[in-house]
Amino acid sequence: MAPAVSLRDAVALAGRFPLLAGVTLDVGEGEIVHLSGPNGAGKSSLLRLCCGLLPLRSGSAVVLGHDLALDRRAVRLFVGYLGHESFLYDELTVEENLRFAMRASGSDAEEAKRRSQVAMARLALSGRLPATPVAKLSAGQRRRAALAVVVGRRPRLWLLDEPHAGLDHDARVVLDEIISEARAGGATVVLSSHELGESDAHPLADRVVHLAGGRVVQAPPATGAVADDAGRPVAAPAARPATAPAPEAANPPRLTPQSEAVHVA
Amino acid sequence: MLRDAALVCGKDLRIELRSKIGLNQVAPFAATVLLLFGLALGPNRQALQPAAAALFWIAVLLSVVLAVQRSFAVESADSARDGLRLSGLDPAGIFLGKGAAIVAQLLALEALLTVGVALLFGAQLSGGLVLLGTCVTASIGLAAVGVVYGVLSSGARVKETLLPLLLLPVAAPVLLGATKAWDEALAGTPGQAGVWLSLLAVFAVAYVAVGSVAFGPLLEGA
Repeated sequence: MAPAVSLRDAVALAGRFPLLAGVTLDVGEGEIVHLSGPNGAGKSSLLRLCCGLLPLRSGSAVVLGHDLALDRRAVRLFVGYLGHESFLYDELTVEENLRFAMRASGSDAEEAKRRSQVAMARLALSGRLPATPVAKLSAGQRRRAALAVVVGRRPRLWLLDEPHAGLDHDARVVLDEIISEARAGGATVVLSSHELGESDAHPLADRVVHLAGGRVVQAPPATGAVADDAGRPVAAPAARPATAPAPEAANPPRLTPQSEAVHVA
Repeated sequence: MLRDAALVCGKDLRIELRSKIGLNQVAPFAATVLLLFGLALGPNRQALQPAAAALFWIAVLLSVVLAVQRSFAVESADSARDGLRLSGLDPAGIFLGKGAAIVAQLLALEALLTVGVALLFGAQLSGGLVLLGTCVTASIGLAAVGVVYGVLSSGARVKETLLPLLLLPVAAPVLLGATKAWDEALAGTPGQAGVWLSLLAVFAVAYVAVGSVAFGPLLEGA
């Protein structure tokens, strides 16, 4: 089966500044991958590249079978991206925003209404919240509304940029349930998270991919753990590329038992 | 594409009805422009009447800048523009939808300003069909060119000053054609306005065509 995401020496620039400096990464269908790395490592840029928001300068990037070098738009119908911003309209209510997003992705009016209501219920956007203009929401509520758009679109590939940021404990639990449900439904999830701590993997992640300086780099060995509770082996790290920066050396990331592999560019 | 256009137009109009920016800011701005022109030219209606069409369309043109800026400001807040790009909407549909919303706002504004020039300048509103036809074709042209330059400037740091610099010179043919067509109508010779209406129609068709093709790449590059 072809990987959901296949990047080869992918380079993306902001002006002349390299956001991604040659990323090679495969993400399998149905996999949950946690992107880790310090600020400026390229996590957000990698997610924006995968959803077609960031143009590919060189290398290759194939996402859900769509070659992003040829067409960045086609893949967007199948991708759900939760960025740092909510992408919502302040003047519209939560429900109006969701219905617009659902209809924009191809649903008819009835289907858009149904999907919006299901998504709002899943994110506990109930009571007066559906009829509340987004401008009047708290940061956490706005974040949940943005996530509801992704949930309602039912994407094949979920790209979640620090999805836990701004959420309270209950909402984080719901978010993790949603991620589990997405994977159970066959979707692929790539997420980054600072909230978990740079050296921790998301508990649902199949593996952690560490980024630094716009590249995928090796993560150091797990501290003492060589197998998870189920006896699954935790992958041993491969050699670091000679050209790769090593900002994590002084504070090495730790693989959790749930992590299985580390990809090295 | 037309479905997407209707969706975007409905969304933009709903935002404008909710925010009332057009009612509370753009319309008073246009009325103030008319009033100031009237003050500058003096109270003599004999002097004001010949200038009524020009002053009307200058007020409309300046208001277009505000309407276009507002149309793209709602997309800039919270990176809604990225949401629009990710939505799967046809870029040509987005262009037509945003343009149609601006046309609707301009027509409402022009109705208000028409009353203004009648009251302030004593303009005789003869040639109603020509007046209406001019408003419709000029509004389509102005909205189309406004959306093209609006998306072009929306990604710039200096978008507030860049947009009028780009838009106003390009919209000069509309100012000329619409003013001449209105002059003919107000002078009681609406039959002479055909050539100017044709100019407005050509401008509108050209910019709708160009915008439908160019909007996608401009949106991606903004």
